[in-house]
Amino acid sequence: MTLYTYDFSTYDYYLCPMKVGVVVFPGSNCDQDAVDAFESFDLSVVKLWHKDHDLQGCDLVVLPGGFSYGDYLRTGAVARFSPIMTEVIAHANRGGYLMGICNGFQILAEAQLVPGVLLRNTSQQYVCKNIYLKPQSTSALLTAGLDHDRAYKIPIAHGDGCYFANNEALARLNDNDQVLFRYCDEAGNSTDAANPNGSLDNIAGVCNDRRNVFGMMPHPERAADAALGNTDGRYILEQLLTAVLA
Amino acid sequence: MELLDPLPTVETARKLGVLPDEFDRIVTILGRQPNFTELSIFSVMWSEHCSYKNSIIWLKTLPRDSDRMLAKAGEENAGLVDIGDGLACSFKIESHNHPSALEPYQGAATGVGGINRDIFTMGARPIAQLNSLRFGDLSLPKTRRLLRGVTKGIGDYGNAFGIPTVGGEIYFDECYNTNPLVNAFSAGIVEIGKVAKATSYGVGNPVFIVGSATGKDGIHGATFASEDISAASTDKLPAVQVGDPFMEKLLLEATLEIIATGYVIGIQDMGAAGIICSTSEMSAKGEHGMVIDLDKVPTRQPNMAPFEILLSESQERMLVVIEKGKEGIIQGIFDKWDLHCAQIGEVTAAPADGMGRLHFYRYGQLVADVPAHDLVLGGGAPQYRRDYKEPAYIKEFAKFRINTVPDVTPADLGDVARHLLSHPNICSRRWVYEQYDSMVGTANRSTNAPSDAAVVRVKGAGIPKTDKSIVITVDCNSRYVNANPFTGAQIAVAEAARNIVCTGGEPLAVTNNLNFGNPYVPEVYWHFVEAVKGMGEACARFATPVTGGNVSFYNQSSDDGPVFPTPTIGMLGLMENPDNRMTLNFQNEGDTIYLIGSPQNDVASSEYLYSYRKVKASPAPAFDMEQELAVQTIVKQLITKKLIRSAHDISDGGLFVAVAESAMAGGRGFAINTDGEYRRDAYLFGESQSRVIVSVSAEQQAGFEQFMQKAHVSYSQIGSVTASDYVVDGQVVIASDTATSLYNNALGEIMA
Repeated sequence: MTLYTYDFSTYDYYLCPMKVGVVVFPGSNCDQDAVDAFESFDLSVVKLWHKDHDLQGCDLVVLPGGFSYGDYLRTGAVARFSPIMTEVIAHANRGGYLMGICNGFQILAEAQLVPGVLLRNTSQQYVCKNIYLKPQSTSALLTAGLDHDRAYKIPIAHGDGCYFANNEALARLNDNDQVLFRYCDEAGNSTDAANPNGSLDNIAGVCNDRRNVFGMMPHPERAADAALGNTDGRYILEQLLTAVLA
Repeated sequence: MELLDPLPTVETARKLGVLPDEFDRIVTILGRQPNFTELSIFSVMWSEHCSYKNSIIWLKTLPRDSDRMLAKAGEENAGLVDIGDGLACSFKIESHNHPSALEPYQGAATGVGGINRDIFTMGARPIAQLNSLRFGDLSLPKTRRLLRGVTKGIGDYGNAFGIPTVGGEIYFDECYNTNPLVNAFSAGIVEIGKVAKATSYGVGNPVFIVGSATGKDGIHGATFASEDISAASTDKLPAVQVGDPFMEKLLLEATLEIIATGYVIGIQDMGAAGIICSTSEMSAKGEHGMVIDLDKVPTRQPNMAPFEILLSESQERMLVVIEKGKEGIIQGIFDKWDLHCAQIGEVTAAPADGMGRLHFYRYGQLVADVPAHDLVLGGGAPQYRRDYKEPAYIKEFAKFRINTVPDVTPADLGDVARHLLSHPNICSRRWVYEQYDSMVGTANRSTNAPSDAAVVRVKGAGIPKTDKSIVITVDCNSRYVNANPFTGAQIAVAEAARNIVCTGGEPLAVTNNLNFGNPYVPEVYWHFVEAVKGMGEACARFATPVTGGNVSFYNQSSDDGPVFPTPTIGMLGLMENPDNRMTLNFQNEGDTIYLIGSPQNDVASSEYLYSYRKVKASPAPAFDMEQELAVQTIVKQLITKKLIRSAHDISDGGLFVAVAESAMAGGRGFAINTDGEYRRDAYLFGESQSRVIVSVSAEQQAGFEQFMQKAHVSYSQIGSVTASDYVVDGQVVIASDTATSLYNNALGEIMA
């Protein structure tokens, strides 16, 4: 299956294959996993080097997981100043699609491309395991097409995934339907016990108010291959592709 | 030559760990008294850690060859095994016990860093890590501090480096109170023909140091690892290195890029003994010399002395020899990754005998002039044959008779079940492994399908596509080894192979980490000799040659004596066909549970006997090599013939714990029956070897029975998979929810 999208960058309404760019920062370590996952949808996928200033015409830009710049100072704090971020931010401001996963989400938050911040897990420990996610937003591209009554099993792997926003920002997120996912249990209940990192209101992912920038701590790209026994992540990644067609 | 200071004496030599005989030997080699820099060089290169002087004679007796072996033990930084499709797996295990005893976080972190450098310096991309850990009594705050620090160290380093930690083992025993063991394993993949060598040749070829700058950390670390731990050991804190996983990740990518250019003559990581180790080993191997200007080494602080630069164990560094004229290409790659890359010297000619010399300059002065060959293992480094003597306790342990302990009554079973399922040596290690990224790389096939060994797809950036997986495990029950080092080491090999077979893999090769006490103590050395003999015999029978590994002596303190002899086995297996994957979890209610192999009236060295009955003196559990091989052959066939739904080997905690683990992993219960011919405790909790629990669906049962009747291995139907509750002889021993909760949370509650 080859998916097509309109090329918004030139505003020419001809069909062209959708192109995905995965940014490689020094210390990124989920870049290849993201490439593999998107390539499994028969998309054209390229790696974008952090020192470059060219998005190579990508329709969707992905900031992958890892420890960019060692996450020294603060997660994502250095990566947001990488040379390529100038173009990434411009892409987002043009309305281009941008997704940050795990460390990518932390970079988006540092760059203030999505609201909120990511704090140290309340357990003070790094945690890697499967958790469950319930889609929330009915208007954001990433979640609108998902089954909102289903708990999706997706891995997490982070030490700083505790989402926080002040009351005002939280109210805006909720009022504006910008919460993408909440942590839940296998039955879909967003309980405290199902919250793996102490995130505010079990929030696992959010988008910006324009709904073209998505950030999430869990790793859908790690649950996108039948050989690993879990393909729930495919449903999430697929939204980015199929919804653009509509 | 540096002659300003008085030349060191035998007394100085002794302080550096050099014996008087060894000092004389140095004088003979040099034809003169060594200066302090040279003496330091010899002291680290001839330390146990680098020279294997007290172990090499015995290590050479281990089987080292098979059709699949591309690099034999000691030839390269790690073993190299042909896995087909033009690919090879490079794998190795290494200890970081002494640093971890003093500074658990950095000690463990740099252990992970070091073992991964051994893999990628060969041009292999690491794809999976394991670790094997031993700690003391977990009720002691010190032990919990060590466990917390080691776990965090392994996690922080491995997680940022970005290679999944997919399995491991942890045991607790008071013998490790002072000396914890931290053994780290890594496996990587390289295309055959693109393997980088640890060598140096070609007069005039430039020598580069790349990666981190050189600091004063870890100086005399190799010497430190070659001594008993004492109160004075904390004075050696500078001997513990500090790790930077971010730097290691950059070094990995840059190293693989420069190797891919084809211009690399030789490359070796700098771990123990730093620059002197890499320059001497590469030069000795390539039969050339080197001239090195220490002023050109990027350092973290000014005015470092020559011996400090040479011996520094600063992490995340490599020594690279490249083709002359290609300096710009290599420099470009390191610039891209923002890493240091400094030419510090060049390759020089060797006399006709191939014995190249190393010349080191500082501030324009020649500060050391040593022959490379005489420094290294296999060259001039000393080799000793130590005396050994069977310790008195061995005969005492052998006197144990099972009738000296009472059997369990049906009423006791719940109590024993709770004791074992929540025991730190048996309960779930999730408190530990959830702190490790086990899924990065999207190659870990065990995340959603638990099995006795970890299954990792051969996959990663730059690795050609294949359906193959490697199947890897680390195993050693050191209590068995302590009770009988020969049999105990055989069991460690057998269990590793059994774990791989139960997962659907084919055992290929072994890396070992031999952790023992002080080799100068004859009883300790007897442990070592017996364990190597047992391991060698077992590896020969399983056709799993030893590709290399690590010896760690001096795991011994003045207060607590030596640790249990702990010859940890890291085994590599291969799964050619993904359909042969087997898991340990029970599947459906009504499936029949069978025991493959024979029960025994044996509780020797079991967790039940040791911690429930508190009997510490007993021999190793029953083990018969022929029986083991027969059981493994049958399990392999049952898997390929698709006659079973699950397979799980019986190890710590015996049959009951094995069945409980399969039930928990499948979210099921079970009902089993004991056998009146055996004591109840031996049947349920004994740890006699060569037994596997399998489950069989109704559709498979006829085929299974038919196959097993022709097999020359005993088997018995012991019960069936149920919805919930663990039932033995018709009586509920423990509810599944209670069991799962105890098993999953026990370690976390202790560590909370």
